[in-house]
Amino acid sequence: MALGLGCSARPGKAQENRTGSWRTFRPEFMHDRCTKCGMCSQVCPEGCIGENDEGFPVPDYDYCKGCGLCVEECPSQAIEMKKEEK
Amino acid sequence: MEGSHAVAHAVKYCRPQVIAAYPITPQTHIVEALADMVANCHLDAEYITVESEFSALSACLGASAAGSRVYSATTSQGLALMFEVCFNCAGMRMPVVMSIVNRALGAPLSIWNDQQDSISLRDSGWLQLYAEDNQEATDLHYLAYKVAEDRNILLPAFVCFDGFILSHTYEPVDTLTQEQVDRYLPAYRPLHRLDSEDPMSFGMFASPDYYMEFRYQIDKAQKDAAQVISRAGKEFGEMFGRDYSEMVEGYRLEDADCALVAMGSICGTAKDAIDEMRRDGKKVGLLKLRTFRPFPEKEVRSALSGVSRVAVLDKNISLGAKGAVALEVKDALYGTQVPVLDYIIALGGRDVRKKDIRGVVEMAEKGKGDLFYGLRQEVL
Amino acid sequence: MAEESCTLFESGHRACGGCAAALAARTILDAAGKDIIVVSATGCMEVFTTPYPETVWKVPWIHSLFENNSAVASGIIASLKKQGRKEKVIAIGGDGGTFDIGMLCISGAFERGHDFLYICYDNEAYMNTGIQRSGATPYDASTTTSPAGKCSMGNRRPKKDLPMILAAHGAPYVATASVAYLPDLKKKVEKGLQTEGPCYLQVHAPCCTGWGFEGEKTMNIGKLAIETGLWVNYEMEDGKVTKVKKVVRKPVDAYLKEQKRFRHLFKPSRNEPEIAKIQAMADRNAERFGIDIKLKK
Repeated sequence: MALGLGCSARPGKAQENRTGSWRTFRPEFMHDRCTKCGMCSQVCPEGCIGENDEGFPVPDYDYCKGCGLCVEECPSQAIEMKKEEK
Repeated sequence: MEGSHAVAHAVKYCRPQVIAAYPITPQTHIVEALADMVANCHLDAEYITVESEFSALSACLGASAAGSRVYSATTSQGLALMFEVCFNCAGMRMPVVMSIVNRALGAPLSIWNDQQDSISLRDSGWLQLYAEDNQEATDLHYLAYKVAEDRNILLPAFVCFDGFILSHTYEPVDTLTQEQVDRYLPAYRPLHRLDSEDPMSFGMFASPDYYMEFRYQIDKAQKDAAQVISRAGKEFGEMFGRDYSEMVEGYRLEDADCALVAMGSICGTAKDAIDEMRRDGKKVGLLKLRTFRPFPEKEVRSALSGVSRVAVLDKNISLGAKGAVALEVKDALYGTQVPVLDYIIALGGRDVRKKDIRGVVEMAEKGKGDLFYGLRQEVL
Repeated sequence: MAEESCTLFESGHRACGGCAAALAARTILDAAGKDIIVVSATGCMEVFTTPYPETVWKVPWIHSLFENNSAVASGIIASLKKQGRKEKVIAIGGDGGTFDIGMLCISGAFERGHDFLYICYDNEAYMNTGIQRSGATPYDASTTTSPAGKCSMGNRRPKKDLPMILAAHGAPYVATASVAYLPDLKKKVEKGLQTEGPCYLQVHAPCCTGWGFEGEKTMNIGKLAIETGLWVNYEMEDGKVTKVKKVVRKPVDAYLKEQKRFRHLFKPSRNEPEIAKIQAMADRNAERFGIDIKLKK
């Protein structure tokens, strides 16, 4: 890979940094309680909460750091933190 | 025309899109002339009256990153304030061209000429060109843009000329015409730029795994610049009759016994003094350095290995050591047995006359050197 | 507006879990869209997003030095004007790079009236270098260079009122926002981009690592700051306050006791005089901006 002149780069490589490895707890999403308000997706600092075909939130565990903001902010308490099993 | 005005014309013909400058003696006439040109629609550029030199170079960096040819000018205290940005600019490979109207650095405060300011940034990665007279000061701006913007180089460049001695004196200068300059210097085509159509990140941080390689790249570009300078200088000569293909210029050096080495306007005085000394039978010559960065090591060695002694006229001093030019000339001559004597001269605008040059040569002949020339003992 | 949510700021960045600055960056880019150029100051946001060769910015982005993003932005704006290009320039810096070392450049840029939006993510200290005190550090906050100790209550000075300073420069739009209220933040980013001239947006970004609370509480803490009156969300247009977020106010304790940086005000015992001083600051904010919702008796 050629060095980016003057320490520059196009985006893309950061995807290889799978920050999910940082977690000790992981958020579990309970779709039966979810109202699809989209709050969790908005408040995630990683931007790693996507949507499945039914519109329910689906986290990308490759990047989820387990910070718990989604759990805290969910108005329906539809997300719970569980200890990461390694 | 006045040196400053000649340079302003040269800059105008280079068609910078953005000029950001902060006033400082003795650069003011350049930036005022440019402002006047913009105000009267002779120059179609965005002119930013920044709040400090630090911001001047920062703004130039930004404009360059966005894809514009840019210009600034400064000296002394202003250049010192830009120190951080200078390293940043070279590191980010932004081809900014900046006039340095050489002036002494405080303390003590001085508005008069020496070359400490630009020389003190010799580590920064900027190319450094030094002009002997107003014609050269003008021409070197065209050369500087051409070399800086070369896609294999992409380094910022200082065009240095002595404050007051050159900037404020009147000499006949051929500034060329717009049409001529357009032929020599095409529009700037950046390799990369800030562009929402092709988003990139510039100025990222480098861990120890990468930093050295980035620095190596800059050094390589500096060393590669020698050839580009030569080519661009030759092309200039072919187009306009004034050749700048050599980074150094010998004057009556072929059979010289004692060789002076100098940069800038002092070369003019030195040449006159050499003519006088030659009439008196002394075999003296001058090696003028037009380029200080990259340092023309090979050319210096080749030009000076045959002389009996070298006397370097340093309008600067690396306090606690020696003059910067002498140190680098010595390095270039390492292994040749040619003695190199350093004369710190003309600091803070102290006048240099032909008799001072004679005085230096006389001292050199006696093997007396590595000193401040002409110290006023009565004041000490 | 971006068609998809937050695709301009990728995952894979190295911010702490629960980072308000990361959340702010995502939200800002979502509101701003792709036709922007971001000029970043040195700091947390710059460092956690661009360790060569990784970068999470999918918009053109440049970082030069700690203190000069406003000056670099000024140059970019001039260049875009000359080239006839339409990208909007957003300068983003932390409170350190904005309030302190960046004052020269931001003042100059605002005085010259360049058309850009400056966003300060205010985490109230030099977080990237290890939680040192800045001009934005609130009164009595403990930082590593203003630590609470046997003969110190922490930071001795109130927050510098930078929004007012920039409004005094003639900025047409100055606003404060918080990661606690993301739709409001987005609206203010849009407004700042739409308003011609130099606009300033100061975003409260509670820092879990620096302030001492769990990452999941980031928005919670932001809300408490506003509910206690220690942070006011407001907008100023042409120097006049036009909109203010009103609250049913809570006593400052509710905010202070949640953060380790104020722990010395409660342990070993409650420091009534100091807390009263902070309460007085909140009361002054309330009066100055009119944030109290008058409850009907």
